[in-house]
Amino acid sequence: MDYTPHTEEEIREMLRRVGAASLEDLFAHLPKEVLNPPIDLPEPLPEWKVLEELRRLAAQNLPAHKAFLGGGVRSHHVPPVVQALAARGEFLTAYTPYQPEVSQGVLQATFEYQTMIAELTGLEIANASMYDGATALAEGVLLALRETGRMGVLVSQGVHPEYRAVLRAYLEAVGAELKTLPLEGGRTPAPEVGEGVGAVVAQNPNYLGALEDLGPLAEAAHRAGALFVAVADPLSLGVLKPPGAYGADIAVGDGQVLGLPMGFGGPHFGFLATKKAFVRQLPGRLVSETVDVEGRRGFILTLQAREQYIRRAKAKSNITTNAQLTALMGAMYLAALGPEGLREVALKSVEMAHKLHALLLEVPGVRPFTPKPFFNEFVLALPKDPEAVRRALAERGFHGATPVPKEYGENLALFAATELHEEEDLLALRDALKEVLA
Amino acid sequence: MSFPLIFERSRKGRRGLKLVKAVPKAEDLIPKEHLREVPPRLPEVDELTLVRHYTGLSRRQVGVDTTFYPLGSCTMKYNPKLHEEAARLFADLHPYQDPKTAQGALRLMWELGEYLKALTGMDAITLEPAAGAHGELTGILIIRAYHEDRGEGRTRRVVLVPDSAHGSNPATASMAGYQVREIPSGPEGEVDLEALKRELGPHVAALMLTNPNTLGLFERRILEISRLCKEAGVQLYYDGANLNAIMGWARPGDMGFDVVHLNLHKTFTVPHGGGGPGSGPVGVKAHLAPYLPVPLVAKGEEGFYLDFHRPKSIGRVRSFYGNFLALVRAWAYIRTLGLEGLKKAAALAVLNARYLKELLKEKGYRVPYDGPSMHEFVAQPPQGFRALDLAKGLLELGFHPPTVYFPLIVKEALMVEPTETEAKETLEAFAEAMGELLEKPKEWLENAPYSTPVRRLDELRANKHPKLTYFDEG
Repeated sequence: MDYTPHTEEEIREMLRRVGAASLEDLFAHLPKEVLNPPIDLPEPLPEWKVLEELRRLAAQNLPAHKAFLGGGVRSHHVPPVVQALAARGEFLTAYTPYQPEVSQGVLQATFEYQTMIAELTGLEIANASMYDGATALAEGVLLALRETGRMGVLVSQGVHPEYRAVLRAYLEAVGAELKTLPLEGGRTPAPEVGEGVGAVVAQNPNYLGALEDLGPLAEAAHRAGALFVAVADPLSLGVLKPPGAYGADIAVGDGQVLGLPMGFGGPHFGFLATKKAFVRQLPGRLVSETVDVEGRRGFILTLQAREQYIRRAKAKSNITTNAQLTALMGAMYLAALGPEGLREVALKSVEMAHKLHALLLEVPGVRPFTPKPFFNEFVLALPKDPEAVRRALAERGFHGATPVPKEYGENLALFAATELHEEEDLLALRDALKEVLA
Repeated sequence: MSFPLIFERSRKGRRGLKLVKAVPKAEDLIPKEHLREVPPRLPEVDELTLVRHYTGLSRRQVGVDTTFYPLGSCTMKYNPKLHEEAARLFADLHPYQDPKTAQGALRLMWELGEYLKALTGMDAITLEPAAGAHGELTGILIIRAYHEDRGEGRTRRVVLVPDSAHGSNPATASMAGYQVREIPSGPEGEVDLEALKRELGPHVAALMLTNPNTLGLFERRILEISRLCKEAGVQLYYDGANLNAIMGWARPGDMGFDVVHLNLHKTFTVPHGGGGPGSGPVGVKAHLAPYLPVPLVAKGEEGFYLDFHRPKSIGRVRSFYGNFLALVRAWAYIRTLGLEGLKKAAALAVLNARYLKELLKEKGYRVPYDGPSMHEFVAQPPQGFRALDLAKGLLELGFHPPTVYFPLIVKEALMVEPTETEAKETLEAFAEAMGELLEKPKEWLENAPYSTPVRRLDELRANKHPKLTYFDEG
């Protein structure tokens, strides 16, 4: 099975038309040395057998529905209505909307997405999406450096360690200097911002789950002429003060928590929001409203002079393919829930996380680590190696205790709760942890 | 009439999904100073309104499922429905779950890596990059780390790209801190070897090539090019955007390339999704393997694991392990086709392109670099016609147009890539439409399309006065 429609007769006729003797003949001009190499691949399988093989592989995984693992990816409800709408072939199989007359579906949905992200973050504009939260952060910081013409970056240790790792790789590439602000008592202290610093970065809720008041950081950045970049959990913005309200110039984050499957880490989408004044430095695609020749409202890709296919070496980023479909799923989720529904899911997650926190602290040897107030993730200090605890929990059918990197301390593990967790789930995890640590 | 925005369908107090029964009070959980004062102005719609809205929007959109979409360099082949089912089987996995509980997922990644290494002739691979351009950045950072490790980081400051290269190539080189130099194409549309020789030297870090190139032509002197690069200590980078043409027939590794990125959303038929998400694995030869990003999926005595202990690694380019669900789709594709099927797909992609090229030439289109085309070709309309008008005319006739105005070295370029999943009669109908356009009055072409959801849009207004959100007052 190869999904090609050609009959033998058609192939013969077409070969005749192009003056080739056989399909092999189409490659006859390639150097002999490279043609027809031996390649070892498994034999092709019929469709049912491929599915069978995949099911066999899937059965070797323990599904993470209702996982208590955090770290920016969480087991929230994935609404069937979003899945069904996003699966429509017109959305699924379209390319980038370069022909707006026949791409109004993706363009308008993207315009609506941009609006929702701007609303959530309290900023004026958002681009059409980035690959994930980590690359959105890297691109957001590069934007700040272009805007300020500086090469220094201060990043809070409260920013997700994987995001910081990606940021480091992107910044090293352009020779920018990255300094880390260590957390003090689980929160980011107000920093001294030097003259060469173009971007100050912090996250709320931070990697440990703690709520941070980032206003003073934004002020410190601004006093020194730097921009402030906030990493935000978009679900939390249903209840928390948005980055725009505490002085962020740029807000970034990952959209998985907006009803996307966890998918072993991807694809999700990254969002990047900022002020209108910085629009010409913004990387990636951007949709604008306009009108057609008959005066009807329509949507179109705009300010494309920022992008690689126009500006080549002078582009703001090399990004081309982004995460359009997953971003639209995020927008569909936000529309399905509305402001009230989003708020409810966020609050329920916080409530269950606090209940879980109290229950797990009943287990002997477990100590709190994340300071209060926290949101719906928190870190506990365990009396044992967290990898071993995570494994022992998994053996009992629970996914919990994400090992926290040692830079934050010894034997630390991250837990999360969401709207999917009920009281009995929390009790069951507590009992399992008791067993594991006994 | 305009199609309403979701915000215009919103009614204060209307509810869609309710996921929570007993809603706790915000003030009981979160100190007041952290709470938002104004709720976000998200739409308030019921579920049916939501469904009608997005279904309506989808009907204002074409995709491969609805329309022939011969967009050059984009490989708009059919995306099998099997793959969507396949992805659902792996949707419910958390990136931080114990690897012992994700052995199926890790095995799938490891196997896909082996298949892709076999198909490209590479020694090691990362599945982490999220798209083609992301793979390019990863590949160039790997090359950079390699030169730095050898003490040549300061001297090798230039990346060479042909003038026919994808725009992402020079953009990537800039993002990785390099200066970019362009190599002109020769009269046959392939790299000008003499010009290349003049540019190569100890100041050059890499040469980025697409093969077949963006004119759809195989670089026949690739072995000489790779020998020259090797002699000059220059790493040869393969942009995999056009791998569909030679999949199974020839491998970048055998041609002398040191780094390869693949576009799983092109060659391996992961759906494009209106612009993403994609997946851009990067394969390298052994000498570059130490620099691959972390983590790599590895096979140990106790099963598959994530290898983070790679001291020379460039670090991370993405969170977690890449666009995993895209990898599941690519795995399913390779297992369905096998080597035999992949080779047939590539051959029929080439046959379709050559056949369509002949049909278009018959209709009066010119092909300025008319060599042995691979999976795509670049045509030019007869004198006096604009590629843009022809593209808009095609929309009226029910086809998605080819890529226009690219590559830059062909004026009024129409870059056509039919792919292997299109039937002969579709190619013929497309050629008929292309012929019909040349018969249309000039005025008809300049004003097309007519019956699409919207007609030509005011791009200038969008650029001068962008309105980027519904609430933007301008």
